[in-house]
Amino acid sequence: MRLSTYIIRIAILVIFSLIGLSILVFVLARVLPGDPARMVAGARAEEWVVEQLRKQLRLDKPLYEQYFYWVGDIFRGELGYSILTKRDVVTDVLEYLPASLELIFLAAIFQLIGAFALGVIAGRYSYKWPDNMVRIASYVGISVPAFVLAIVFQLVFGWWVKWFPIQGVVTSGIELPPTVTGMTTLDSLIAGRVDTFLNVVWHMVLPALALCMGGMLQDARIIRAGMVENKDKDYIALASAQGLPERTITFRYLLKPSVIPAVTIMGLDIAALMANAFLVESVFNWPGFSKLGMRYMFNKDLNGIVALVLVIGVIYAVANIVVDIVVAYLDPRIRLMERGE
Amino acid sequence: MQIRLLEKIKQLSTRFDLRRKWYRFSRSPLSIVGLVISVGSIVLALAAPYVSPYPQHAGLFTDFRHARLPPSFTYLFGTDEMGRDVLSRTIFGFQYSLMMAAVVLALVVPPGVILGLIAGYYRGTWIDSVVMRISDMFIAVPPLVLALAIAAVLTPSLVNSMMAVSLMWWPWYTRLTYNTASAVRNEYFVQAAEVMGASSFHTIFREILPNCLGPILTKITLDVGWVILLGSALSFVGLGAQPPTPDLGTMVAGGGQFIHNAWWISIFPAAAISLIILGFNLLGDGIRDMFIEEAK
Amino acid sequence: MEPLLEVKDLRIGFKTYMGKLKVLNGVNLTVHQGEKVGIIGESGCGKTTTMRAILRILATNAVIDGGDIQFRGNDVLKMDKKELTEMRRKSITMIFQDPTAALNPVFKVGDLLADVIKFSGSHDSGKHSKKELREKSIEALKEVALPDPERVLDSYPFQLSGGMRQRICIAMSLSTAKDLLIADEPTTNLDVTIQDQVLRLMKNLVEKKNLSVILISHALGTVSGTVDTVYVMYAGNMIEAAETKELFSNPLHPYTKGLLKSVPKLTGAGFSEGIRGRIADYINPPQGCRFHPRCDSAFEICRKENPQFLEVDANNHKVACWLYSKR
Repeated sequence: MRLSTYIIRIAILVIFSLIGLSILVFVLARVLPGDPARMVAGARAEEWVVEQLRKQLRLDKPLYEQYFYWVGDIFRGELGYSILTKRDVVTDVLEYLPASLELIFLAAIFQLIGAFALGVIAGRYSYKWPDNMVRIASYVGISVPAFVLAIVFQLVFGWWVKWFPIQGVVTSGIELPPTVTGMTTLDSLIAGRVDTFLNVVWHMVLPALALCMGGMLQDARIIRAGMVENKDKDYIALASAQGLPERTITFRYLLKPSVIPAVTIMGLDIAALMANAFLVESVFNWPGFSKLGMRYMFNKDLNGIVALVLVIGVIYAVANIVVDIVVAYLDPRIRLMERGE
Repeated sequence: MQIRLLEKIKQLSTRFDLRRKWYRFSRSPLSIVGLVISVGSIVLALAAPYVSPYPQHAGLFTDFRHARLPPSFTYLFGTDEMGRDVLSRTIFGFQYSLMMAAVVLALVVPPGVILGLIAGYYRGTWIDSVVMRISDMFIAVPPLVLALAIAAVLTPSLVNSMMAVSLMWWPWYTRLTYNTASAVRNEYFVQAAEVMGASSFHTIFREILPNCLGPILTKITLDVGWVILLGSALSFVGLGAQPPTPDLGTMVAGGGQFIHNAWWISIFPAAAISLIILGFNLLGDGIRDMFIEEAK
Repeated sequence: MEPLLEVKDLRIGFKTYMGKLKVLNGVNLTVHQGEKVGIIGESGCGKTTTMRAILRILATNAVIDGGDIQFRGNDVLKMDKKELTEMRRKSITMIFQDPTAALNPVFKVGDLLADVIKFSGSHDSGKHSKKELREKSIEALKEVALPDPERVLDSYPFQLSGGMRQRICIAMSLSTAKDLLIADEPTTNLDVTIQDQVLRLMKNLVEKKNLSVILISHALGTVSGTVDTVYVMYAGNMIEAAETKELFSNPLHPYTKGLLKSVPKLTGAGFSEGIRGRIADYINPPQGCRFHPRCDSAFEICRKENPQFLEVDANNHKVACWLYSKR
């Protein structure tokens, strides 16, 4: 089938998953003990006020109807009203999410570059010292959780070897650029302030590294495994026998088939960055959605929690789609094989 | 009686090709290291009350005169902000973490695997589609986020976080078992059994299941690490075990603010988490090696 | 006349988990310019290993324990990268046994073929344009009688049939001028009906381009009709070599005799006989002559020393067997 057909198929699958997710989240939120209307109105509000609110929040309607109204709201851009911040959840999300996104973006870049570089080197020099180092490092990378790494970074780079800042977005004293996208990096560039941009990036290095390290090393290991496995395959032997230059063989003939099994995992790991950002942000005091999420959760702000989970779910789903597309592009067998193969 | 037992072990050993599997496992020194660490952690967890120097520090205990002391001979890992021995609490932390892993996996593996077996056996029918679609829905969601959401919606506690983790973990086993079972299902020996009149029950549990054990066991072992990671992440964030429970994640969080002058409060529990995860990962790799079919 | 290729006493082992596989035990092979040599032997006797050693594309766990390979007087095992690449691009080419495994599955045929042509000259010789490469690729495919070359170039290997894949491999091998063609069981993995076609195609091309050939097979019939000289290999040794007719009419080595006897006769008279015993274990190979455990004529010295590969008469008939050597 053509690439576009394949993409559509995946998209449909993902949409179904999202629907499932939304149902799950919705049901959970509604199933909770406690009266949402009362929570919004406050403990001291009078009964008729609460009653009114109930009608307004459509709590008197059957569950499935509520669900459909809710979905409708979402598509209209209304994610509900946060009892915590007393404004639309959408506003909250737009304020905090971009910061997380830029951090995740940097982490993703680190992860990709790191994984490829380390994986190729380890594969090329398999069983020699560069390989062994990468393999040991990858075990460490898998075992050390992102938040532990974050704390260790804090300790090492914040207090012992002060190379990087460990808190916040910019060094205090520096003015924040006017908000355009919500991403401090982009906003700095848009405002033409390169020095601020660099300062922010400098602040992002540690959290981004803590975020991506585990995934990077894991992916490097998979790439390495693929390269070592494929190294002895006939088609590589033939390429050598044909006298093709070594660089061509390593970086085209060997890398491409080796990367394909890794791409799926790499994509998942990048999507997982979203989840881990939650942990790392609090350690480094980075004002992203985790900060927001934590506040919602501790205050039982249902609308907030639900909306947040949904937003993250969508981004995650989009990431998955992108990964599937990339894999299909790279490995023609996946999209061109007829079913039943 | 002893002889009977020996006979049985020998039987099982041949049936499951244990000798060759052990050979392959033991080839890799890292796997042995993993085995040692994993078994060591379990032993430590089981013997926690007897091994820790100050078992009473594991619960409510305060002694502010001895708060935030650096590691010394009295307190090998130092003391935390409440004056409790970090070493003892870390050992108890092992207990909590492993217990959580055990409970979650016990809850998740049997239903997940059985569903996967059924879906794989009835592959191509509506049973298959329904089961797999449902589990796909769960898989599409980022685990941590869903766990956070669930844990947040319920009162934060160790038990609740365990339930949250369990709820989103089972589909992975279903999918894994389904993939393996579908492949095995079409093998000749399965068809032979059916032709001879084996019941569905027999086919599923005595023909297909034993051949799925490899990936499942590997996953279980690796998952111990993942569950502990997830659990400690939840606790770190405050949604899992609450203080004063000596959960490793909670301890790392608690020591965060003192990192600059009392690093031991966070670092030792953090190292413990990493060590357990490392051990089970290495062990998992070893188990995976055991089940590799050697070509030629 | 100096031989084109000479392999002397080649010893190669493989390091594995279970120990070292001592596969090649002193292989001897000579190919002259314009000669067509066949090598027959059971699966696993070391034929492919020897060929790969010539092109130095052995697996990563291979160890060369001794011996010599001379191509046109140059020591292949000691060549540096530059010389080796020259040799691979300009002089020797190989066709693998399994065409599916030999073609990189994630590249289109056109890309694979273009690369071979592009890198066929000396180091960084004249660059070809994309158009030129495509034209040459189409030419190459036409030479191997592939219908609709354009479509083939744009396809991936898995979209084509086994026979087509092998033709593509042949096209890649012979798209540029070479001196020596090594064909490692080129038709074994193909359907019987296709085998003959592909073999004939190869024969034609070999004639046309005046190539020297090493043809490997474990099918006696394939070899007998195609080559001038036949080598018989067993468990890492060349044990007999002679002109084709001579070998089939006058086999000397007990193994060769057994081999020829085991071919069923067209007359259908009775069952053919096999050779008793099993193939050698490479981790603990038999001492002395590796065939002695299965040999009815074995005597004392066979168990102690591996016989030399020597000429035994004027017909250039060589054998490695104590029955024919002086001791």
